[in-house]
Amino acid sequence: MPNAGRVPARVRAALADTASVWYVSRTRTERLVNLVICLLSTRRFLTAAQIAATVPGYEHDPEDPRDHEAFQRKFERDKAELRELGVPLETGTASVFDTEPGYRIAHREYALPEIPLEPDEAAAVGIAARLWRHAGLSAAATSGLAKLRAAGIDVDPDATLGMEPVVTVDPAFGPLTAAARDRRTVSFDYRVPDHDAATSRRLQPWGVVCWRGRWYVVGHDLDRDATRCFRLSRIVGAVRVTGQPGGYSPPAGVDLISHVAHFSGPVERSGRATVLVRPGRAAGLRRWARECRTGPDGDRLVLPYADPESLAGKLVGYGPDVRVLDPPEVREAVIQQLKEIAARHDEVVTAGAPA
Amino acid sequence: MTGPNPERSAAAPAPRTAASRNSADRLARLLNLVPYLLARPGIEIAQAAADLGVTDRQLREDLELLWVCGLPGYGPGDLIDMAFDGDRVTITYDAGIDRPLRLTPDEALALVVALRMLAETPGMDNRDAVERALAKIEHAAGDLAGAPVAVRMPGDGDRVEALRGAVQRRRALRITYYTPVRDESTERTVDPMRVLMVDGRAYLEAWCRRAEAVRLFRVDRIDALTELGEPAAPPPEARPHDVSGGVFRPDPSLPLVTLRIGRGARWITEYYPCESVEPGVASADGSPAGEQWLVSLRVTDLAWARRFVLGLGPEVTVVAPAELAERVRDSAAAALDAYGAYPAPAVTTH
Repeated sequence: MPNAGRVPARVRAALADTASVWYVSRTRTERLVNLVICLLSTRRFLTAAQIAATVPGYEHDPEDPRDHEAFQRKFERDKAELRELGVPLETGTASVFDTEPGYRIAHREYALPEIPLEPDEAAAVGIAARLWRHAGLSAAATSGLAKLRAAGIDVDPDATLGMEPVVTVDPAFGPLTAAARDRRTVSFDYRVPDHDAATSRRLQPWGVVCWRGRWYVVGHDLDRDATRCFRLSRIVGAVRVTGQPGGYSPPAGVDLISHVAHFSGPVERSGRATVLVRPGRAAGLRRWARECRTGPDGDRLVLPYADPESLAGKLVGYGPDVRVLDPPEVREAVIQQLKEIAARHDEVVTAGAPA
Repeated sequence: MTGPNPERSAAAPAPRTAASRNSADRLARLLNLVPYLLARPGIEIAQAAADLGVTDRQLREDLELLWVCGLPGYGPGDLIDMAFDGDRVTITYDAGIDRPLRLTPDEALALVVALRMLAETPGMDNRDAVERALAKIEHAAGDLAGAPVAVRMPGDGDRVEALRGAVQRRRALRITYYTPVRDESTERTVDPMRVLMVDGRAYLEAWCRRAEAVRLFRVDRIDALTELGEPAAPPPEARPHDVSGGVFRPDPSLPLVTLRIGRGARWITEYYPCESVEPGVASADGSPAGEQWLVSLRVTDLAWARRFVLGLGPEVTVVAPAELAERVRDSAAAALDAYGAYPAPAVTTH
């Protein structure tokens, strides 16, 4: 080992009496650090053979097929590990005459660019990273923050913005954001409570939306041949990635939010109903009444509404505490619902009662 | 001359093991450590270790490993070098690892989406700093900044801001609060502890002097609010709730209610935490088999459950407890009575 002489005595002592797993992983890490430094320092593409001759830890006999194969396996594993870590390993040949591929790392591609964060901005990033502590991207947020620290940014760990958002995401969040980023078609099983069975859907996801605390995916539904959004909590089982990267292009300038918000926009409540409420009761109705007049038989409230049936449902909840005076369509709807509820529950009570 | 990676070797990468995961984590840590120390000459080892979330011993081992790494040649002038001064360390030669590795797609996504969430949270303090930070991180992330994630959290920003201000000024509050469980509005004095945003809803967590307990108040149910002159003084036993599993976690000691629900009421299974949902039960009223679902959930009390069931309309029938079925029936009958309309069949109880 070219650098054996540099190993401090206390390290050698530690190596001698530690488990071999630790020893292996230590030398492997050392080899990988040296590989990164070597490839960062070269302008020329280095072939596997050149790397083996340079970087400690790859020593082998290229003439011995078994030894050579073991080296190749080791080198493949190491490249895979670097790529997984996000090291931009470039492949190419040193000249047109070379057939053997070579490797290098461009510093410009490797290095995090300068991020001139002010202290209050750095504190905001630290708070943002903490949002994930209960949810999927916690490890990525922590390692991202560690890189900012390594870039010389000091992050105040105790900063607050007076407000603590708690983020939770559905399991489909990770696969769907990755698929949308890479523009890969996915398929998944989707269950809507109104339907009895889950259906399999094929989607070109454009993006994921958090709207009022719920997560949705928006994209082009290949079976319906139309834009659709799906609630992530209704996806059953795993998201399957079926398409190649770059398989489609989302429409230019697509507004993801509008596709989700479109289904839950503000409702115009132009109807007015008058109800009689027992004194001190139905506090929930009083909160959104437009008017409240106290009379001898109770309080008259004027309630805004959009749909008579859904207002009726809300009023039925208050039972005998609320009586509808006007309009007749709401009054009739309430009476009809009450009759059905009374009849159904009378059956249950009578059937369950002792003879 | 660059091109697609010509993976010609027959050797496939080995499956991930705990040991290789460990080594990947350590490699990431080491590649970060050099620029981290480079930016902070003479930092105390203990402080660096605390900052990086490792033990002193781990950090010293990392430094020892780095000390034997360097540029090809691996002579004294090629290896990473550092100077120790007591418990302080300074990198004197970085061998070319002078910057941290750029953000991975997942790291960029995690930071960008979280900052977008902060920027979208109503009533947030110092939103300007959040937006400036977001712009800078997006710039640094380059192509990765176009995270395919959009966030919108509508809410009453003014109300949240007033509450957040009270928390930061440490003042007690007088609030009018609507409690749907009891269908009543009450006045209470509370000692604010923090403002939270959970699943898109804002909450004030405070010590309630009336209940003598820590309570989470939904901001959209605080109908009036006065900041008092006296300081907020939550008692020492006031502990914040753990909301990582959601705000409402059904307590097994609460009454369990079983309902048979029709198709139009299935939405309740998405909005209320249910103990069990049994789809496709045979129905009592001759509707097609599989139409009806049997749903069990915990309720705070039966008076609330009565209003809940009545409000869901004829799509829902109480299966158990019998007491709730009776209350629902009696309540509906009494309401009909007030309209001068009578249910059929006439109700008689034993």
